[in-house]
Formats: sequence, structure tokens, C-alpha cells
Amino acid sequence: MKFETPATTNPIDQLKVIGKPTRRIDGPLKTTGTAPYAYERHDVAANQAYGYVVGSAIAKGRIASMNLDAAKAAPGVLAIVTAANAGKLAKGDFNTAKLLGGPEIDHYHQAIALVVAESFEQARAAASLVRVEYTRGKGAYDLAAAMGTAIKPQASFGTEPDSGIGNFAAAFAEAPVQLDARYTTPDHSHAMMEPHASIAAWEGDKLTVWTSNQMIAWSVGDMAKTLGIPKENIRFDSPYIGGGFGGKLFNRADALLAVLGAKAAGRPVKVALTRPLMINNTTHRPATIQRVRLGATADGKLTAVGHESWSGDLPGGGPETAVGQTRLLYAGENRMTAMRLAVLDLPEGNAMRAPGEAPGLMALEIAVDEMAEKLAMDPVAFRVLNDTQVDPEKPSRPFSQRRLNECMETGAERFGWSKRNPKPGLTRDGRWLVGMGVAAAFRNNLNGPSAARVRLDKSGIVTVETDMTDIGTGTYTIIAQTAAEMMGVPLDKVVVKLGDSAFPVSAGSGGQWGANSSTAGVYAACVKLREAVAQKLGINAADAVFADSKVKAGRRSAPLGDAAADGELVAEDMMEYGDLAEKYQQSTFGAHFCEVGVDAMTGEIRVRRMLAVCAAGRILNPKSARSQVIGAMTMGAGAALMEELAVDKRFGFFVNHDLAGYEVPVHADIPHQEVIFLDETDPTTSPMKAKGVGELGICGVAAAVANAIYNATGVRVRDYPITLDKLLDKLPDIA
Amino acid sequence: MKSFTYERADTPAAATAAFARAPGARFIAGGTNLLDLMKLEIETPAHLIDVSRLALDKIEATKEGGLRIGAMVRNTDLASDARVRRDYGLLSRALVAGASGQLRNKATTAGNLLQRTRCPYFYDTNQPCNKRKPGSGCAAIGGFNRLHAVVGASEACIATHPSDMAVAMRAFDAAVETVDAAGKVRAIPLADFYRAPGTTPHLETVLAPGELITAVTLPKPVGGTHVYHKVRDRASYAFALISVGVIVQRDGTGRVALGGIGYKPWRVEAAEAELPRGAKAVASGLLAGAKTTHENAYKLPLVERTLAGVLAQAKG
Repeated sequence: MKFETPATTNPIDQLKVIGKPTRRIDGPLKTTGTAPYAYERHDVAANQAYGYVVGSAIAKGRIASMNLDAAKAAPGVLAIVTAANAGKLAKGDFNTAKLLGGPEIDHYHQAIALVVAESFEQARAAASLVRVEYTRGKGAYDLAAAMGTAIKPQASFGTEPDSGIGNFAAAFAEAPVQLDARYTTPDHSHAMMEPHASIAAWEGDKLTVWTSNQMIAWSVGDMAKTLGIPKENIRFDSPYIGGGFGGKLFNRADALLAVLGAKAAGRPVKVALTRPLMINNTTHRPATIQRVRLGATADGKLTAVGHESWSGDLPGGGPETAVGQTRLLYAGENRMTAMRLAVLDLPEGNAMRAPGEAPGLMALEIAVDEMAEKLAMDPVAFRVLNDTQVDPEKPSRPFSQRRLNECMETGAERFGWSKRNPKPGLTRDGRWLVGMGVAAAFRNNLNGPSAARVRLDKSGIVTVETDMTDIGTGTYTIIAQTAAEMMGVPLDKVVVKLGDSAFPVSAGSGGQWGANSSTAGVYAACVKLREAVAQKLGINAADAVFADSKVKAGRRSAPLGDAAADGELVAEDMMEYGDLAEKYQQSTFGAHFCEVGVDAMTGEIRVRRMLAVCAAGRILNPKSARSQVIGAMTMGAGAALMEELAVDKRFGFFVNHDLAGYEVPVHADIPHQEVIFLDETDPTTSPMKAKGVGELGICGVAAAVANAIYNATGVRVRDYPITLDKLLDKLPDIA
Repeated sequence: MKSFTYERADTPAAATAAFARAPGARFIAGGTNLLDLMKLEIETPAHLIDVSRLALDKIEATKEGGLRIGAMVRNTDLASDARVRRDYGLLSRALVAGASGQLRNKATTAGNLLQRTRCPYFYDTNQPCNKRKPGSGCAAIGGFNRLHAVVGASEACIATHPSDMAVAMRAFDAAVETVDAAGKVRAIPLADFYRAPGTTPHLETVLAPGELITAVTLPKPVGGTHVYHKVRDRASYAFALISVGVIVQRDGTGRVALGGIGYKPWRVEAAEAELPRGAKAVASGLLAGAKTTHENAYKLPLVERTLAGVLAQAKG
């Protein structure tokens, strides 16, 4: 099915199942510990051996020699895989550095060997016996120092590094009110709960990989390319994923090394990455240095909007696209944005929840707060005044829906924003300095082609099959809701099967495109199944009403299952998209409000309450959407207050590479959160009229926290995370 | 993890005798730190002597009017003991500020004292660390050291001791009771228990090899108002950037002990004489001779400000 014109009324609009707060259909499996996660799939292949990854001890250079003798002789060892014995391996299209390094080393903890043994403990013990001599090379590890060498990168995923309209330089120079500030955001780790893990088994030349992966088709393709075998010979299965946040978009060392280990050992092999390897072996959100320049008239109209961002990556990598939102978020006739990319020899940078927008808004939305203060305007009113209903760089192109102002105003009302003292540092609650902050949330909506197969059996059970993944977001449930709505059956008559590459190719989970895209694919397949049912029952598809597990047409009514009385009915289709996303700018919007307390003596910062108001199209399942947003708000609070991969600029690695060192918020950090969804549909996105929401939730949060800290203390910190050491010398003197 | 053998001791004498048979063995109780270190091969004992079932899990009154806390008393039990909560509130508060409920259920009094630093370079066997591998250098000096020591450190090591419990015990003038293989018993003031890193940061306490902690004794209660403030970036489940424990009497005299700034809980009795003059004077005495890095210099004003805050709180 091709989606080329805005959606009109369709069966989804009945909202009998869609749009209802619905518990996860996979919840009982998860709460009882019976959902099969990759490393625990003991039943899928007999005789599984254990692999343990050896990571490079240096960040850049060469392996001078590698002695495997002691490791090979260790108890239980079955095989050792290294670049020297693994055969020819290509690099996957989605990987910047090779997943199996050597003799050249590209980054710290790049995998250089896999030790396979009968038990995990034997594999780990033997791995410590692998003797490696290195020749250290000189690497670049300091973004600030490498800024001067940054170049204009190529366009990636259709995003040009530079953009502009009007005459920014002149307009900024002439603006009566100006802001010119520099901000920094650190490297971040996805730090999801489940580590990267895979089990691989060969049967002849057929390979099966049970893994934890967000994008099944991409990863099957990359595995085929890496090994030089047809992708038809490879099956991936990833039904349950314990978090990804972009860290599992691509194959990582666990998958490739399990595959190579299984080949070498002649039996199935399982591999999980340790916490340190998750941080230095896999990808992370790259640090940025950003410069924001804003010019406005005295009455608060933006006339010049400039945003530049510098980030680093390994050779062949890409920039953190931190200026993307600035091209679209506020009005202003003269604009410029630019991204520059330096070579850094740290582990490879890549996507993490709301790549680009998350760190970009961390800077832009402090800048907007600073500008509002210069203008002596309320930051909500300043944002509302500079709203735009068209793409500011291409004013002929409207937003499909844009209710940012309503998010702002609703949030201000609900949060009690009018009680905020615009003068910072004056509100006390005992020893606490108290402040409120606001920031806009913005994230583009993306759609991707997505296919599904639906089956109907004679008992009226509808089974959906697609290689779509559920990374903890609630995909199982919204897909079940979609099929139930389309086929007129209750939720418990729908079975959802995900994550198997044997199923039709979906959009996968990433970039908050999964919910709308994958359900639209299921919609398309269900339209076909409805036609097949009608034909089987001898009724006109246009007249058929699917409800209460029956098909009705005029005075005729038959149980749905009757259509499959003499055999299962199967339908498959893919939703594809025309040019509506070019004609209309499709984005999601929100407003984050935050209240913080700052201990006037110690500078300790504690969030007191948070509110998000989101406008993100039709909310398919308000319960799981809320979970997505409060989780994202928590992650945003982490980015504001504590998350930072500490770079050792001499040795070139992230030092705090475990969950003791890389702090993410705990319950005690997040006392109260509220989420409001504006009631809306966007008919330009798909027949579901939905958009993504899982990444919108993190966008702007950190800036709202930062602005609240400023309001509490009068101290403006432009370098994240905002820790007490950055406040201390500017807090009130102790009596 | 290196392969190891294991035995369970039934009495302190059996435990120390077992060590005498297997020099280089380690005692294991809760295992909340040692097992992690063994998995990473930072600790590689060939033999473990499990002391967790020794009958050292009682908290008893001493004839001097204090408490004798068995080495195997779990952190949770110690924190919730009615006598501790009534007479040694600082200890109870310090304990619950540490780790998590699960860890406190497992961790023992002796193990808490003997836990090792959380310096991230100590935990990464690819990096130089004099504490882990004597003579290899200190990667924290010149590296990521925002969390590191500002007092008592050396050119060889700037690690901190991570315990909260020990900070409160130091304020109470606690002593560590031990027994060795010859059956010799001694009491070591906690003030003398930890060794300065000097050129030998791998030697952390004055315990002789095979010497077993059997108890920690607290002198009789000193009264006063007790406040423990642990300063950290996140609200729970994080090691201290710094911590401040105070016991303040009505006449303004009192005691102050600090955590997170050195290789041991930090107390300078002479500085306490300055308490009537306020936080600045006390902090200046406590931090005399401090040496900071670009990343941890904030700890000096933080100690002073936190102390001012807790003193204000103690006054009510």
C-alpha cells in the first residue's frame, strides 16, 4: 500500500482499541522472568559454548605480537578467534570501525580476540591469559583541542552540514539585542540494562543468530556483507530486547564474534559484552561544542538565528547533528547553521536517543532562556512570540501540525508557572534555593517502509508477523491494538510475533519512527486480510463491517473465523510513502517544565517535579507512551545533572566505564513526573495519524533543568552535566 | 577469575589456622567487594576462607558502657539496632547513606572497613595503578580524578577510602579488635588502622597477614546532636564526593569526621577545638596541607560549606 495523500476516515478512527490505555501484552512474560532474552535462550540450540571478548588495551596503534599458547592450554578452551585466523572479513556498512580489530587498533577495547570455552568462567579466565604486546600510536582524544582541525562533513541521512537563509551575519550584527554563547555537552552512554548479547549457530552454510538488535534487516545485511555470504543464508531472531536507545541499531562485536566463534568451535557459541565493553567497545553519543548566536528586536522578535556545532568521530564517521532542530524550531528571517567534524580516536560515536536534537536542544534552549532574560521577557511568552507555522528555511513548506504554543501555554497553566519569580536566586525553601525552568521539546517525525504478514485461523485468532522489534517501548501492544482494531477482534484474539528475519521487513526501532511506521505496515496487511475475508465470505469488501469478532454486511453476519474454515488466510503488505513528508514538515512538539532545589550550602541539585506536555499525533497507547516520555524525562535529567563519559585524554578511553562510575538517575532523583498529551491526529503521517514520541520526551529536558538551576541560583552553567562543583564558588557566601 | 579453593571456618581460631596453612588466602564474608575484584582479576587469591558464619554477629554492651559490634554484623542490622540508633545515631545515618538495601543486607562490619577504593583506574587492569600493581604508576594523577583524595595522598596514589560507616566510627573513637593465628588478640584504634599510601599504596591497613577482625568496639556514648551529610551527584547509590559527620554538644564543642577526601576517614582532633569559631576555622584545620588537582579542588570549599550547613542543622 502506498500512502500518498492525507488519510481520511478509516477503521483505526473507531478507537475501540487504539488510543485506549492498554497494559503491555508481553508484561506477564517480563514480570515473571520468562520473556526469552538473547543470552538466556538455552533451548534454541543444544551444546552452547561460551565466548569471552578480549578488548584492546590501547586506543590507537598496532598489535606487535599476540601469544595464545597459555590461553589455548587453559582448561575448557575450545577455540580462540583473532583477526589473524578469522579469514577475510569486510566491514559492515553501519560500522565505522571493524568489529574485530588487529593488527591495527582503532579504539580502546576494540575486540581483538574471542576465547571460546565450555563454561563462561573458563572462557573469562583463559581470556586473561592472552598475551598481547602493543605498539602505541598517537591519537587525538580531546575535542576542544581538535576543533581547529574539524572539517565540513558530507551530508548524512539527507542532512546537509550547513544551511542558511537571508543574511545572518548582517542581521546579527544589527540586532538591538544579541546573545552569543558557547555550550558543551559530554559523551553519553546508552547504559541500557541488557548488555549486547548473541548466540550463534551454524548448520552447514546456514547461520542463525539469536541476538538483541533494534534493526533486523540492516543487521542481517551487514552480517552477510561482513562474512561474504548470501543474506538468504542468515536468520536473526530478536524477540525481546532489554533496552537499546540506539546502542543496538547495528551488529556489534557480540554478534560477529559469536558467529566466528561458533564456526571455529564447531558448535553454538554465546557472547555477551561486559559493562566496560558496552562503553568502550560499542557506540556512544558524541560530545559537542556548540556556539549559538541569536539576534532579536527590542520587542522580542528573533531576526537572526545562528547555531554551529563541533563533534568528533573515528575516520569515516559522522557528526552529531546538533543543529537540526534549530533549522525548524523558531521564526527568524536570517539564519545559519553549520556542523563540523574532527577526527577523534575515541570509541565510535553514533546514534543515542534523539541523536542531534537531544544535545542540540541542551544548548539552544539555554540560549533561548538567556535571550528571554536579556529581553526581560517571560521565557514562555518569548517562545510563543517566535513560533512559526512554516519551515523557516523554506517558508513555502508548512508544518503538518504544530501546536508548540499550546504545549507551552497548557504546561505553564498546569505547572503553576505564574508563581515563578523571574529574578533568579530569590526563592528559598529552608536551606534550598528553588527555581523553575522551561524548554521546548522538538523532534522530527520519520516514517519508513514497513511490512507485515497477518494470518487468520478458523477460531478467529489473528497472528501478526513482522521483523519489527520491541526494545521495551511497547511495540507488541500497539501492533496488537492495530490488528484488533482493523479486524474487529478483542486484544486477546491477537498474537504478535516480532524480531525474526524470516518475517516481512519492518521499519525497525530507531529515530522514534517505529510506532507509526510499524503499525502502518500492520494496517496495510490488515486491509488486505479484510479483503481476503470478504471475498471468502462472498461479501463486498467495501460494505463489510468488522466488529465483535464478526463480519457484517447488511443483514448478513458471520464469525470472522469462518473465513478460514477451510484453511488459514494469509495476507502480507508493506506500507510505503509518497512525498507528504516533503510537502509538509512533520515534527513532534512539547514543552518541559521543571522545578529544582539547590542546596545553598553544598550546591547539591535535586529535581523536585517535572511536567511534559506533548503534541505528537495520535497516541496509540497512552499508557506505554507515558512510560516512554517519563523514561525519556529521566534520561534528560541524567544528562542535565550527572551523565558524562569521562575522557582520559592521555590514554584515549572512557574511564568511568561501568554503572558505578557512569551515573544515571535512580528513583530518589526523580520524585514526581507528569505527562500530558494534547489530543491530536496528523493525517499526513500515515493511516494511523500517529507520530513518534519516545525521543520527543528527552528533547529539551536537560535545558529545562539547567534553566531551573539558573532561576534557583542565578548561576548560569553552559557545560553539562551541571554538577555542584560548577556552582559552588558562585553560591551565596556562608554566614 | 582465577580458580580458587574454598573452605568454611567455624571459629575464629579455625579461620586463622586455615590462613596459616594457605598463606595468600583471603577471608570472605559478604563478598560484595571481593568477588567483583576477583572477577576482574584485581584480587587473585588461590584460597578463600569463608568467615561469614562465625559467631561474630552480635552487638553487645561492653562493661565500659559502650558497644562491641561483631565483625559479621550486617550493615543493615547495625544501622537498625535500637542502641545504635539511640546512642550512636551518626553511625546509623552513615550506614544508610551507603550502598543499597541489598548490599547493606549482605555487607559486614569488618568487610566494610576493608573494602577497597573505587578509583576507576584501580578497576581497569590495562591501566597503571600502584595500588593494584606496585611500581606501575598512578593513572589517576593527571587523569580523571574529580573523585580523588585531597589530603594524605602521595605521588604514588591519590585514591580515597569509600566507606561511610568508617567515618562515623572514627568520630566515636572506635577500635578494631583482631586475633591472629597464634591466638594473640589486639585492639587497634581506628585512627591507626589505615596506612598512608606513601610509596606503598597496596598496603592499606596495619593488619598482619592472616590477622582476622573479630569486632569493632565503640566507647560509651558521648551524647550530642549527630548529623551525617553525604554529598553526591545523584541522590542515592553513589560514593561520596565528600561526606561530613558531626557530633555537636550544647556548649558548642564536638567532633568532626570527613569521608571521601583521603585514604581513611579523616579526623583532626586539634581542628575540633575551633568548633566554637565556626566552619571556616575547623575546615582550615582539617584540610591543612591539602593538595588538589584541577578536577578535585572543589572539595576544599565543599567541605567548608557542607560543614557550615551541618553545624547550622545541628544547632537546629
